[in-house]
Amino acid sequence: MREAVLEIESRDAEEIPAVYEHPWAVRFCHWVNAVALLVMVGSGLQIFRAFPSFGAKIPQKDLLHWPKAFALGGWLAGGLEWHLTFAWIYVATGLFYVGYQMFSGNYRQVVFGPRDIPGVWPMVRHYFLFGPRPLQREVYNPLQKLAYTSAIGLGIFSVVTGIAVWKPVQFSWLTALMGGFQGARILHFAVMWAILFFVLGHLVMVVLHGWNNFLSMLTGWKKDPDYAPR
Amino acid sequence: MEFRTDDSKFKRMNRRELLKLTPALALGVFAIPKLQTPLLKAGQGLSDWASAKLFREGHLAPEFADSEVVPFEKFPINDYDVDDPGVDLDSWTLSVSGAVQKPGDYKLEQVQALPRKRQNTRHVCVEGWDVIGSFAGARLSDFLQAVGADTSARFVYVECADDYYESLDMATALHPQTLLCYEMYDRPLTREHGAPLRLTIPTKIGYKQAKYLTDLKVTNVLEKVGYWEDQGYSSFYGL
Repeated sequence: MREAVLEIESRDAEEIPAVYEHPWAVRFCHWVNAVALLVMVGSGLQIFRAFPSFGAKIPQKDLLHWPKAFALGGWLAGGLEWHLTFAWIYVATGLFYVGYQMFSGNYRQVVFGPRDIPGVWPMVRHYFLFGPRPLQREVYNPLQKLAYTSAIGLGIFSVVTGIAVWKPVQFSWLTALMGGFQGARILHFAVMWAILFFVLGHLVMVVLHGWNNFLSMLTGWKKDPDYAPR
Repeated sequence: MEFRTDDSKFKRMNRRELLKLTPALALGVFAIPKLQTPLLKAGQGLSDWASAKLFREGHLAPEFADSEVVPFEKFPINDYDVDDPGVDLDSWTLSVSGAVQKPGDYKLEQVQALPRKRQNTRHVCVEGWDVIGSFAGARLSDFLQAVGADTSARFVYVECADDYYESLDMATALHPQTLLCYEMYDRPLTREHGAPLRLTIPTKIGYKQAKYLTDLKVTNVLEKVGYWEDQGYSSFYGL
């Protein structure tokens, strides 16, 4: 942090520092996936409304009555159409993203590894306990890496549990592994809430980190980075 | 990694990068009312195509022990109109037509003369509930052979006493667990469950398991797909 301040102070009056944070593929996948996720959640809740329960049909114990206004597709058939259409977009961008990150080497920016572990606590202390801000040299701090790596894992799990619900015969081993059809439904439902929890935290952080940070997911460039890139 | 530039150059750079994202706007086609319906139909069609590709003739749906079957009274009765369309069980026949060598009206005894297959399988409703039930009947494949059906035809289409109708792709019709079911829980079908004859297809979603069958046709062309399918539900919906 101190180094960053020094750099900013010593820059030429007309020149601004900027960092290219997000390559095109990452930004493209981010925004397409944001839309796909919204559609998957909205249509998924429409499907859930048809049997808002996990377990027996007789007797049926409803878990919660999700309002129709916050569900996509109008009725069950519409919800299924949206869900089974955007599932392809969700999976395609997911595969493209993972493939790009792997082959470009850009995964190092986001994947949480053993060397990030020591940095987690200082970051938690900073965010939640008013601790000092640790020196950051990478685009993502260790806590961000942990959050994004978890989100990628949740995304994969949402697809795997979805396949278990969609194909309980052809992938009967997978459905059985999840405790049967209702078990797979519960996990598929739970992973949605886990993803929504991530999205909520993500949006809070986006607001807190300001306009330049938000713009970098659109243009790739972050002006006046608030960390000290190597 | 840090880069220094003057403000106007930075703005140009950003504009260029932003423009590169425009392909993502293609998703906006889903917001155009005229295009939305055909696009969603195509998307569901893609899922149906993948379902058909994933279907394996020899792959059996899980079968369960008698101890895992739900009690008969907890097997839901699902229909779209009436529980009992008032079939006259004494004069009932299954009318067989289409690409078959021996069309005509078949009695229940003729179906029951075929080898009996009993299976405890999972019935999955499109709504999201599932139930393991006990079913017995003749394999549809045996019946199709008995009536001399052309199994190179694409579909088996059925009509029901309550105006319900359904269709099956031939691969699923020939699957060894696809039954012309006349017994549940080792007793003749009750009226609510589709007496005297229904379909049991553990590789398909619940709405394909048509009850109170009256007509069966082997065909290459479907004028109608199914009661729910024609309202927007998946045509294939393999599990």
